[in-house]
Amino acid sequence: MIPLSYYLTVGAILFGISMAGIFINRKNIIILLMCIELMLLAVNINFIAFSHYMGDIAGQVFVFFILTVAAAEAAIGLAILVVLFRNKRTINVDDLDTLKG
Amino acid sequence: MEQIYNYSLIIVLAPLIGAIIAGLFGGSIGRKGAHSVTIVGVAIAFILSAIVFKGVVIDKVGTLNQTVYTWLVSEGIRFEVGFLIDELTAMMMVVVTFVSLMVHLYTIGYMSHDEENWPAGSKAGSNSYQRFFSYISLFTFSMLMLVMANNFMQLFFGWEAVGLVSYLLIGFWSVRESAVYANLKAFLVNRVGDFGFLLGIAAVLMTFNSLDYADVFGAATLHKDATISIFPGSEWSLMTVIGILLFIGAMGKSAQVPLHVWLPDSMEGPTPISALIHAATMVTAGIFMVARMSPLYELSETALSFILVIGAITALFMGFLGLIQHDIKRVVAYSTLSQLGYMTVALGASAYAAGVFHLMTHAFFKALLFLGAGSVIIAMHHKQDMREMGGLRKYMPITWITSLIGSLALIGTPFFAGFYSKDSIIMAVGASSNPAAGFAYAAVVAGVFITALYSFRMYFMVFHGEERMDHHTKEHLHETPWVVTVPLVLLAIPSVVIGAIYVMDMPFGDFFGSAIYVAAEHDVLAEVGKGVHGWFGMALHGFMTLPFWLAAGGVFTAWMLHRKGLDIAVVMQQRLGFIYKILDNKYWADEVYANIFAAGGRGIGSGLWKVGDVALIDGVMVNGSARVVGMLSGLIRQVQNGLLYRYAFAMVFGLLLLFGLFLFR
Repeated sequence: MIPLSYYLTVGAILFGISMAGIFINRKNIIILLMCIELMLLAVNINFIAFSHYMGDIAGQVFVFFILTVAAAEAAIGLAILVVLFRNKRTINVDDLDTLKG
Repeated sequence: MEQIYNYSLIIVLAPLIGAIIAGLFGGSIGRKGAHSVTIVGVAIAFILSAIVFKGVVIDKVGTLNQTVYTWLVSEGIRFEVGFLIDELTAMMMVVVTFVSLMVHLYTIGYMSHDEENWPAGSKAGSNSYQRFFSYISLFTFSMLMLVMANNFMQLFFGWEAVGLVSYLLIGFWSVRESAVYANLKAFLVNRVGDFGFLLGIAAVLMTFNSLDYADVFGAATLHKDATISIFPGSEWSLMTVIGILLFIGAMGKSAQVPLHVWLPDSMEGPTPISALIHAATMVTAGIFMVARMSPLYELSETALSFILVIGAITALFMGFLGLIQHDIKRVVAYSTLSQLGYMTVALGASAYAAGVFHLMTHAFFKALLFLGAGSVIIAMHHKQDMREMGGLRKYMPITWITSLIGSLALIGTPFFAGFYSKDSIIMAVGASSNPAAGFAYAAVVAGVFITALYSFRMYFMVFHGEERMDHHTKEHLHETPWVVTVPLVLLAIPSVVIGAIYVMDMPFGDFFGSAIYVAAEHDVLAEVGKGVHGWFGMALHGFMTLPFWLAAGGVFTAWMLHRKGLDIAVVMQQRLGFIYKILDNKYWADEVYANIFAAGGRGIGSGLWKVGDVALIDGVMVNGSARVVGMLSGLIRQVQNGLLYRYAFAMVFGLLLLFGLFLFR
């Protein structure tokens, strides 16, 4: 039997990788999207681990919802990305600073 | 009484209505309309003034002291418009309206070609004639308000209003730079005096808690020994402070040393107003005011000494300046300064009645002299330099005779008006026990010689000797029209007779009744009056006194110099170069004011502007606060750089911080 802390560690590692990806990545906005997906997966692993540990099925139901939403979100995000690329001719994160004050 | 009150209202309002009509509707009623309406207004005022004079002075119906309108009441202090018609006021009203009427008539002739003084097509010049009439009528109104006031507020209103009209009229030819300079100078110098005057009124209000003459004079003796501490540790007599402050106002308005500098320059204005405002009436407002305040001045020996010294300096030293002037109007202007000094000396010696008497006679003969000078100026095509005149006697007989009468009256020839008033002043000063009376007596007696010298220098230069004008002017030389000569004749009559008529009543009699108060121990006129036996006797006695011989000596000197073809100004320049230099620079009073006070004022002003306004308010406060906001927001915008990963980093960092706080609290 694999203890709970192993799952949580995997989840934390995934979360840390994805966060590092968001911070360090300066070039490609697709990587950013991928990092966000990875972050959600890290959260999902936590959910499932705890659900199993607590013996409560609700956590696994949550994961299904999150996966669905994440898929939709990825579709919309990529669509926006395509439009963005058409307009700006770049997906370089450093160049996308229209929010600058 | 009721009748006098109604007349008073009409007297004041008639010139005001005339001024408004001529001023606002001058364009539509035309020249004839403008001068008709103002002359009718002033004529009404003059006739009713004469009736009031008869009622108050001759029939002795009593003093009118009535409030017309209460403007406001504040903590028991009433601000009112009201009339006090007593003997002093009645006399002033007649003098003001009479001279004003003469000047109105005269102006028709003097200003008839005024459009020549303006650049072609100038807007201000298009109805300058109507404007001029409006101004002099407005002046008459203001002066009447001043003399008829029964309270300090109305006095101050009139005081400032005549100052305003004086400003407007000195700068009447506003296209001339010198005129604009002169009117600004007059206004500023008068501000200095008015500042003292206002402080004086404030001191009166503080002491008596009332602005009404009757209240103030009635309570004056209660404050005889009161003191006031202006600077900590020094006690000043309250009455002296009030007296001197009010007199500073009179010094500005009546052009006493050292606030005299504006009067000679005021000659930039048209001659009729030089006669009306800057010789006969407005400049005597200070004399009138001090006479009106006699119950206050009688309580302070120090204030009287101050007045005496200032008057004596003015009387003598301003006379000297008249000796070397070449501009005919400036000679008369310095003569006015000197005569105002005489009046002030009389006030200082507590001979208020003599001062006011001289005010009256002076108003007639000085207006006459000014209008005579103006008549000469018209004939000379607006040239004023006496060196270009001469021999005008043949061409202008009426102007010649009337100017001679005016000059004789001015120097104090026995039987002429000026003799009676000036001699009573000199005698009163001689009898005065004031500590400064000795100096003042020497000054006024010496002044007689100077007066005769400059008057007759002018007279000989203008009316006698060779004809020095150019050919063109000489061809057109002729007597001026009747509107000019009639006022001259009408003014010449009182210049001769008014002194003899009133000498026994006014300075030596009980003419002023209760209007002027003199303490028993100061009453020099009563003492001098014991030795005067009728107007004829006084004149005969006058031939044997020192002033007469000094005056005769002055005329003789002027005549001797004239006969040799010498001008005293030139002689002094050659023989007494140093003294000439002093006189030519007018004791450097203008330079001192321009370089110390005016330049100092400008220095303070530009200092405040550069440091206070530009550096502090604009620099530090307005632009400074904007710059601080800019700097802060510059810092903050570094945070909001639009880069997602930074935002995310900030979010996570903040989260970690929160956790850290939560864990290690």
